Amino acid sequence: MNSIYSVNGPVVKVRNTTDFSMLEMVYVGNKRLIGEVIGITDKETTIQVYEVTTGLKPGEPVYTTGAPMSATLGPGIISNIFDGIERPLRKIYDISGAFIAEGLNVPTLDTERVFDVTVKVSVGDTVSGGDIYAVCPETSIIEHRCMIPPRVSGEIIWVAENGEHKIDDEIVKLKNEKGETVTLTLCQKWPIREPRPIKSRLPINRPLITGQRVIDTVLPIAKGGTAAIPGGFGTGKTMTQHQLAKWCDADIIVYIGCGERGNEMTQVLEEFSGLVDPKSGKPLTDRTVLIANTSNMPVAAREASIYTGITLAEYYRDMGYHIAIMADSTSRWAEALREISGRLEEMPAEEGFPAYLPSRISEFYERAGYAETLNGREGSVTIIGAVSPQGSDFSEPVTQNTKRFVRCFWTLDKALAYARHYPAINWTSSYSEYLEDLGDFYRENVDEKFLEYRQEISNILIEENKLMEIVKLIGSDVLPDDQKLVIEIARVVRVGFLQQNAYHKDDTYVPLEKQFMMMGAILNLYKWCKKAVASGISTAALLDTGLFEKVIKIKYDIPNDRLDMFRLLNAEIEEGISAVINKTNR
Amino acid sequence: MSLQYVGLKEINGPLVALEHVENASYDEVAEIRLNDGTTRLGRIVEISEDKAILQVFEGTRGLSLTNTKTRFTGRPMEMPLSEEILGRVFNGAGKPIDGLGDIFAEKSADINGEPLNPVARTYPRNYINTGISTIDALTTLIRGQKLPIFSGSGMSHNKLAVQIVRQAQIAEESGSDFAVIFAAMGVKNDVADYFRRSFEESGVLQRVAMFLNLSNDPIIERILTPRCALTAAEYLAYEKNMHILVIMTDMTSYAEALREFSSSKGEIPARKGYPGYLYSDLASLYERAGVVNGSSGSVTQIPILTMPNDDITHPVPDLTGYITEGQIVLDRGLDQTGVYPPVSVLPSLSRLMKDGIGEGYTRSDHSSCANQLFACYARVQDARSLASVIGEDELSEIDKAYMHFGVMFEKYFVTQRFDENRSIDETLDLGWDLLSLLPKSELDRVDEKLLEEKYRPKNAERFV
Repeated sequence: MNSIYSVNGPVVKVRNTTDFSMLEMVYVGNKRLIGEVIGITDKETTIQVYEVTTGLKPGEPVYTTGAPMSATLGPGIISNIFDGIERPLRKIYDISGAFIAEGLNVPTLDTERVFDVTVKVSVGDTVSGGDIYAVCPETSIIEHRCMIPPRVSGEIIWVAENGEHKIDDEIVKLKNEKGETVTLTLCQKWPIREPRPIKSRLPINRPLITGQRVIDTVLPIAKGGTAAIPGGFGTGKTMTQHQLAKWCDADIIVYIGCGERGNEMTQVLEEFSGLVDPKSGKPLTDRTVLIANTSNMPVAAREASIYTGITLAEYYRDMGYHIAIMADSTSRWAEALREISGRLEEMPAEEGFPAYLPSRISEFYERAGYAETLNGREGSVTIIGAVSPQGSDFSEPVTQNTKRFVRCFWTLDKALAYARHYPAINWTSSYSEYLEDLGDFYRENVDEKFLEYRQEISNILIEENKLMEIVKLIGSDVLPDDQKLVIEIARVVRVGFLQQNAYHKDDTYVPLEKQFMMMGAILNLYKWCKKAVASGISTAALLDTGLFEKVIKIKYDIPNDRLDMFRLLNAEIEEGISAVINKTNR
Repeated sequence: MSLQYVGLKEINGPLVALEHVENASYDEVAEIRLNDGTTRLGRIVEISEDKAILQVFEGTRGLSLTNTKTRFTGRPMEMPLSEEILGRVFNGAGKPIDGLGDIFAEKSADINGEPLNPVARTYPRNYINTGISTIDALTTLIRGQKLPIFSGSGMSHNKLAVQIVRQAQIAEESGSDFAVIFAAMGVKNDVADYFRRSFEESGVLQRVAMFLNLSNDPIIERILTPRCALTAAEYLAYEKNMHILVIMTDMTSYAEALREFSSSKGEIPARKGYPGYLYSDLASLYERAGVVNGSSGSVTQIPILTMPNDDITHPVPDLTGYITEGQIVLDRGLDQTGVYPPVSVLPSLSRLMKDGIGEGYTRSDHSSCANQLFACYARVQDARSLASVIGEDELSEIDKAYMHFGVMFEKYFVTQRFDENRSIDETLDLGWDLLSLLPKSELDRVDEKLLEEKYRPKNAERFV
């Protein structure tokens, strides 16, 4: 029997044994706390424990399981809320009350819940990894597709009747090449640290439409892409992630609250159950799964929560769904790595972080992608990770290493947040590498001119940026009228377009068509004003028309389903400015 | 009769090592009896088969390798609890020091607490009226929130905390279920005394439990102080259904104690010598605020921390800001010009505010008014930095209007007397009147109809 040699926080050591294998899941102590083997030498085995170790004694037993840390995959995941090692928090609440007790061995999925199963294979079929053998409705919008586990193949020798089944019921039996019988139920396991296999990666060319103008238009992200949102505290990382989780057009959202506030998870739970998915008209909870490992929950489980989340996402991707993962925040995950690394007395690299930080970050983000699955369907995993730089200093290791491995970088700006300009994504220091990949989609599905307009809008902002350098030194009064106009138009772009009100019923989600028309109206105003300024009219006179304010308020005044109103508005701009020109020239 | 171990193997700072220990567990508390008859408490922070490392709460002064006898209690650090703790004074380790004897305990609880299940939380929505305009209007305090005050040495954070306690209590409809837990960590004797006197003057002393670890008390006890205080708070809130306001000062001293302790254990430091687990450790305190399903009580935290060198990017305020639900930042510039409370409006924030204000909570125009004040005051900063370069006279008319608005805003809105308790209506009306100093077209965060109703340049004439 293996027994504990030493305990130091979440790190437990066992001496003189060869029974353990790397990354194996183990039970520690009389309470059977869940742990994972993270280091082996001939003398010592090191285990990180996912629960509070108070009360653990040297000499208590350590049990092997022979299997790596795995996620349980099956119907009942969606709408649920789990901790970092996929234990159902609602069940735990029923058992241990408001506070989480240790050593609770609760099945991940509800074993009593009945699903209406339709078996998709029949006796004699030859199947291989990824093939769908049964389907059942999981929520009102998600059909769960049970797949033959990767690396399993053979001939079906028995199938269950269609109809009501629980997750542990036997559904099919097959005979593999070695002649062994494999029995499959509705659920299966997969090691969380190993990416699930796919047939091939497909090129990325479809946007993840979020309804947020600064993202969709200025800094788009693709389905299967990766993005990081770095920002100091109070700049709106969580708010941005909530907005994306609510409105993006993925089929399923995996929301990982990694080392963040408990109240935020409660908010997601409450708010999402009251909100309706604009695509399906069903509650948002029907497409969301939450992984909550708040900052006061054990640190080792925080490290695992990221992997648990992505494993769930990959499982649904293999069914042919598009998944978006919100990881809030990856810095807390990196800190968990640092904490464990410190306990192991490893040699630290930058700022105490372990030297393997970059490789762990890249491994995580590389699990995103647009794929052809083993069963020939298309699915994608998009990762959007928040980064909380220490001291709002973007040169710290986590931000810098994340920047290397993501293709979208949305930096949140303190100055914008202080002025309550939300989303506080800074348009000059952020970038998206997906613009080219997505160009064709925008041209074909929105408008031929979409990218052209986008470029003009960015040019205005860039020019404003240059002019502001001068204004900061000498004030705006001395600028010539054409430059004053740029500053005024840029204000319209900033306040009327980039700034978006998450609490306004129309403005919280804006379809691409309206985003395009809004750009059109701003550029139309700019075109006419330039004409007026060229004929010697002052910018102040143009401001007096009230058209600038009117364009700024488009986002509230033109409802998302009344896009025809833009024609009227553009005509009004033309008339209004022409009237000023005519009056002055007469 | 339990085993006693004679002597020690090693003493290093607040840590002692014992050898050949049997049947002791991680986090267990030990009693160390000295030859002179005094006892000290310690806790196991690392244990292996043949060796236990203990941290000694009262410090290791006077300990030698031979003059001690150690006994293990078989339990983690616990705190005796009953409603009697109100009105009492404890040391940092939760022992009464007011000479009124021990607490007759109804139960005792592990001071480390257990993590609160996110499913069990109720999202906090009820606002607390503090009577302070900058807080009520712009960084609204919500019951169950953790909202720290970021301050610096020598600023009036203590005064502000006292004013919040006094005025928040008055606003309480039924005063009987309201109590204050005060945890002092490494503060000066004068400060602790100031709080005591202020509580006495405002007549709340009988509803306050004080946990005092002064700056000359042992640092290990300082690490326990907030844990004892929060254990008491959780007990009163969730089991006795009281609304508890926890004031913890000064979190920077706490973090420094943690650093001292960590380095004496020989741990690898992260930023500025603080241990890598500073975030998790602070979170294990701050996350103990909240409202729990099935209980009508709440724990609201107002931690106070002094930013070393007024640097908000220092690890302690930085990590605190990532955990807490907003922050109230005090500004030395304002403080020096005599503004009280010197709340720096722009970096201050309350994350729970959005769901706890408006129709049914405060007033329907609250969020519009707050947003517009933030936006305009942000413009004031731009105008000021421009004025410092080109001189105020050269500013455009509109920038001059902003400069004026800024001065008036600080003079009438931010500034407030120590005994002035403004209602939310007064505060918001004042906000609108101040906004009316600016041309109507500048108020772009407010919709037309509301602006029509609230824009009153006439009312703004009184601001000079």
